[in-house]
Amino acid sequence: MPARLDSTSDLRSFQRLMKDAVVRPLGPGYRMQKRWRDGRPMADVAAGFVRPNDRLTAFERLEIYNRMYWFRIIDSFHEDCPGLRAVLGDRKFDRLAVAYLTKHPSRSFTLRNLCSHLEEFIRAEPRWTAPHTALAREVARFEWAQTMGFDEAARPVAQPADFARTEPGRLRLSLQPYITLLELAYPVDRFVIAVKKRDTLRAEASNATTSGPTAARKRRVARPRRERCWVAVHRVDNVLYYKRLEPAAYRILAALRDGQTLARAVMAGGRGVTPAQVQDWFALWAKLGWLCRRK
Amino acid sequence: MPANAFNGRTDYGIGIGLRVPHYAHILERKPVVDWFEIISENFMCGGGRPLEVLDRILEQYRVVQHGVSLYFGSADKPDREHLKRLKALVKRTKTPWISDHLCWGSVDGTYTHDLLPMPYTHAAAKRTAEKIRQVRDYLEVPICVENVSSYAEFHASEMTEWEFLTEVVERADCGILLDVNNIYVSSKNHAFNPYDYLNGVPHHRVGQMHIAGHTKFEKYILDTHDHPVLDPVWQLYAHATRLCGVTATLLEWDDRIPSFNEVHDEALKANTFIAEAHLRQAYGGQASTVVKAKAAQRQPRARRARAS
Repeated sequence: MPARLDSTSDLRSFQRLMKDAVVRPLGPGYRMQKRWRDGRPMADVAAGFVRPNDRLTAFERLEIYNRMYWFRIIDSFHEDCPGLRAVLGDRKFDRLAVAYLTKHPSRSFTLRNLCSHLEEFIRAEPRWTAPHTALAREVARFEWAQTMGFDEAARPVAQPADFARTEPGRLRLSLQPYITLLELAYPVDRFVIAVKKRDTLRAEASNATTSGPTAARKRRVARPRRERCWVAVHRVDNVLYYKRLEPAAYRILAALRDGQTLARAVMAGGRGVTPAQVQDWFALWAKLGWLCRRK
Repeated sequence: MPANAFNGRTDYGIGIGLRVPHYAHILERKPVVDWFEIISENFMCGGGRPLEVLDRILEQYRVVQHGVSLYFGSADKPDREHLKRLKALVKRTKTPWISDHLCWGSVDGTYTHDLLPMPYTHAAAKRTAEKIRQVRDYLEVPICVENVSSYAEFHASEMTEWEFLTEVVERADCGILLDVNNIYVSSKNHAFNPYDYLNGVPHHRVGQMHIAGHTKFEKYILDTHDHPVLDPVWQLYAHATRLCGVTATLLEWDDRIPSFNEVHDEALKANTFIAEAHLRQAYGGQASTVVKAKAAQRQPRARRARAS
């Protein structure tokens, strides 16, 4: 880094160095690592651009930012992924968080998108979640679907006239952007509900008592056994819901989401589906406002 | 400056930050509050509950947008997608001005989600001012930049923080969101006189002020926004109000948030100093003799208004 910062390019070099120091994982005892990535003492690196004062060394001043970064970002990760934390346990979850956030630091102005690559990371690096990788992947997908369900946009709902105007062989609808369809090998929806109930009880218990662990605090939510299920994570009146779907209904919705025509989507439901079933499903989806016109 | 070009020529009083734990109280009881400050990023989404709540708040209250991620001091260019979303929100809230921090926090598209201090150089001031102008031209709304609290200083700095702030806002021709708590925190961390800071900034550019609480550690002070405002910060606020005139003021309380009433009552303590400034404007040097009695009269009136 240049000694003087005379240009935007110099400023960028300065900011790259400081950013790298701030986002570098903490060492033992949640302290800044003692060595820089090239082996130099971190104290020397910090002293190269940070001024000490009469109370703190350059290392200690930089460390405040390094620690604040990780505390903030891990806190956000905890908030977004209570289910995954319950699957892995606290220590393993924190290791996963550091590994993930080191490989995928935030690329968005909002922390809301922090976990957008988490499922992909778990798939690529299963050692952080083994032996529960399959479950961890599904819970990560489910919790990201909740983020989308909470505040993703809603588009104008498809109207009866849309159906009347275009023949089913040409009509292409879409799902609301806030809906995520999930084909799961574990009943993750029930698991996440159980974790949330446990955490709510914990919060209430912690307000009610000031000493000693309560039964609610100690209680662990058992990891679910395998059980295939099909779920839509969605919202109604801006409240988040998880809706179980029949496999055929899931296939029809997935086909619509993927851009199939209405006729092809209905066919994707399979042979066993009756016209009455299809009619009931579409009536429900229309009532929930799930279907919208394609952009 | 009660109303100036940097706060959209508005004359807002004492506001508080709109925070999730208070939503139910505000929506159900509709307390009288001069204005709310929102964190823009919390509402720059496509839909859902955040925008529903915001729209209901907008039906009843004046809202000003405060951002945490424009990073005027970053070497990166402004992110167009970010600005598009921000502009959509500006249109929705009709905010008379927006504010964000004189800091950086991202580089090469990676975000630290922190308000990192700038090296106080002329080149950085020039670059930062250019970005503020670009953002203002795109958003078509006045901008106030806020001084941040900091825990580190850099060898590369060529001037004091207040000289840097002054150079940036003069070059950008923008306003200042003067955070007196941040001045206090940084003055302790970097051993400067906070009154030098207050005296050294262009007062006519101050469009808004922030007050907040902080936490003292053994070797430094952290800007935690989780306490009532401490006495030395109130004293700085009083001095700032004397220098700048009565200015839209906001209490920040972001962690361990108490009840709505507790936060609002803490914010309303600013009335004491605002009353003094009003009297000073009216009576000049003789104001101090009547300040206490008049200030005492004003405070209950504000409380009654909130309760009605």
